Amino acid sequence: MKKTQILIVGAGPAGLCAAIEAARAGAKAFIIDENSKPGGQLFKQIHKFFGSYEHRAGVRGYAIGTDLLRETEELGVEVILNAPVYGLFRHDGGMMVSYMKDGREKAILAEKIILATGAAENALAFPGGTLPGVMGAGCAQTMINVNRVLPGGKIIMIGSGNVGLIVAYQLLQAGAEVSALIEAAPFIGGYGVHASKIRRAGTPIFVSHTIERALGKTRVDAVEIVRLDESFQPVPGARRVIEADTVCLAVGLSPLTELAWMAGCDFTWIPQLGGHIPIHNENMETTIPGLYAAGDITGSEEASTAMEEGRLAGIAAAEALGLTAERAKDIKLEVWARMNALRTGPFGQKRFEAKAQLLESAKGAAR
Amino acid sequence: MNGIRFTGIASAEELLACPGITSEERFNKGPVAVIECVQEIPCNPCEHACSSGAIIVGQPITRLPVLDGVKCIGCGECLAACPGLAIFLVHKNYTDTTSLVEFPYEYLPLPEEGTAVPCGGRDGAFIADGKVVKIKKTKHSDGTALILVEVPKEFFMDIRTICRKGVSDDRQS
Amino acid sequence: MRVVKHPILPDDAAPDCIIYHDGQPVPAKSGEPIAAALLAAGVRVFRETAKKRNPRGIYCGIGRCTDCVMVVDGEPNVRTCVTPVRQGMEVRTQKGLGEWKNS
Repeated sequence: MKKTQILIVGAGPAGLCAAIEAARAGAKAFIIDENSKPGGQLFKQIHKFFGSYEHRAGVRGYAIGTDLLRETEELGVEVILNAPVYGLFRHDGGMMVSYMKDGREKAILAEKIILATGAAENALAFPGGTLPGVMGAGCAQTMINVNRVLPGGKIIMIGSGNVGLIVAYQLLQAGAEVSALIEAAPFIGGYGVHASKIRRAGTPIFVSHTIERALGKTRVDAVEIVRLDESFQPVPGARRVIEADTVCLAVGLSPLTELAWMAGCDFTWIPQLGGHIPIHNENMETTIPGLYAAGDITGSEEASTAMEEGRLAGIAAAEALGLTAERAKDIKLEVWARMNALRTGPFGQKRFEAKAQLLESAKGAAR
Repeated sequence: MNGIRFTGIASAEELLACPGITSEERFNKGPVAVIECVQEIPCNPCEHACSSGAIIVGQPITRLPVLDGVKCIGCGECLAACPGLAIFLVHKNYTDTTSLVEFPYEYLPLPEEGTAVPCGGRDGAFIADGKVVKIKKTKHSDGTALILVEVPKEFFMDIRTICRKGVSDDRQS
Repeated sequence: MRVVKHPILPDDAAPDCIIYHDGQPVPAKSGEPIAAALLAAGVRVFRETAKKRNPRGIYCGIGRCTDCVMVVDGEPNVRTCVTPVRQGMEVRTQKGLGEWKNS
């Protein structure tokens, strides 16, 4: 059986950063990912990132992904691809991860494991919601920016968080028409500057609106939307039909926590972070000693914070192995300072509070 | 409801209170950046893009960028650096009757220099025809084209884009 | 529809192989998921449900929802959003739960 010091599940922004920090500290790090390419969702992010200039804000997401891959390669981090992880067990004082590779069951023993499994898009149920042409916004984003295929020509985007706003903009860039972006809440959830981009392109944004149904026999032909009152109830007579061949759903993300459940981590329920979240401390360590979590699995946020959490988990895991004892403390303080800065302002404050609540629950959790 | 949170467009009041927009007096003196950034989001590349030190975000990085109209030399370096595409360059007194407005544009097709184009406002709706004076696409701007249009002076604070065309034929297979 | 020219990204590569959708040739790019080649060719219906024969197409795009499964080279229930194309691949609209060749 293969053995490693630090095993990271997920080769997205959090996992890659965790591996880079762990390897820099001198640990033998291993990444395992179910996809055929590393990078997670970074390579479909073609917009310039927000955040601090010192940490690559203003740089397009895929360029950051390319740099992270080069760094992991230079540091000699091994990446196993096309390998879905299906099990996580305690074994011989350490932990064992089971995965599928080329149709066979395999396993790796690790002293420390970092879960950087990310999140999946939420579904939305409505009549016609199973028609071909209704899809996740992230699915459409992969199609246009990675595979370079337009999923449709006339699109309705549901949800005004940053995902909905950014993917709507990128669909416009790829040459589609985005007929409307609708949002059930009475206000836009994501950054105003992203909303402004699609408004300048002529796409209307309807707040206090939801999708009533998608119309069509074998595919979406049109969408019926309806205005909502203050208690989110449809306003009679406030319906309209918009021609569309595609409906993109950007209604939030749920952390992919299966492995953390399987390992027996204690969880807490924080709706602002996407639901059930494995409790972790300031080192990103869960309630299972030696098992860490970083990125969207600890609450869906931005790639910028996922990268910082990954760094934190990587350093902390290496430190726990007795490596980098001197520098670790300083680096961790720097990472926390950057993360706290990213979590200020009207958009960051709620996440800051939710994360603080998560850390608080770690203090109460039995170890 | 009015305001960027409800419409996706900064309202007149929000723009009036925005520290990234300089004085009427400064607009009359020559080209100047117009930073239409009215929400506190974690972002500061504009501050670092400005070699004149005219843009200050400071700490925490969620503070709104403050433009110093005296220091701003109207070079436009900050335009492509803004991930929000929220910075414009305005030369109000380009001629007696026209202004020059420069904005980032990330769509195809790009217009031709020297041609007349329909120009739109923050909601993309047509305001007036303008003339494309220049299109800048540098390595530094990382794919973001900067378009300079000459527009009737009365619209120097209204025109913020060219009206986007539909699906271009050259992208269909 | 392929996005060949893009304002930010470099020009896209041209298709370099052929797969067959219900017997009809469809151009594809090596390494892209089957679903991408089908969407580019305008195919929206990937399968029909077992009981009501309702149409289904790509939904999640990350291999989790299984709405996009098709019969690929005789094997049913293949997730076309995460399975790369191969020259000459036979992709068929899946009716219901699908049947294995040898069963």
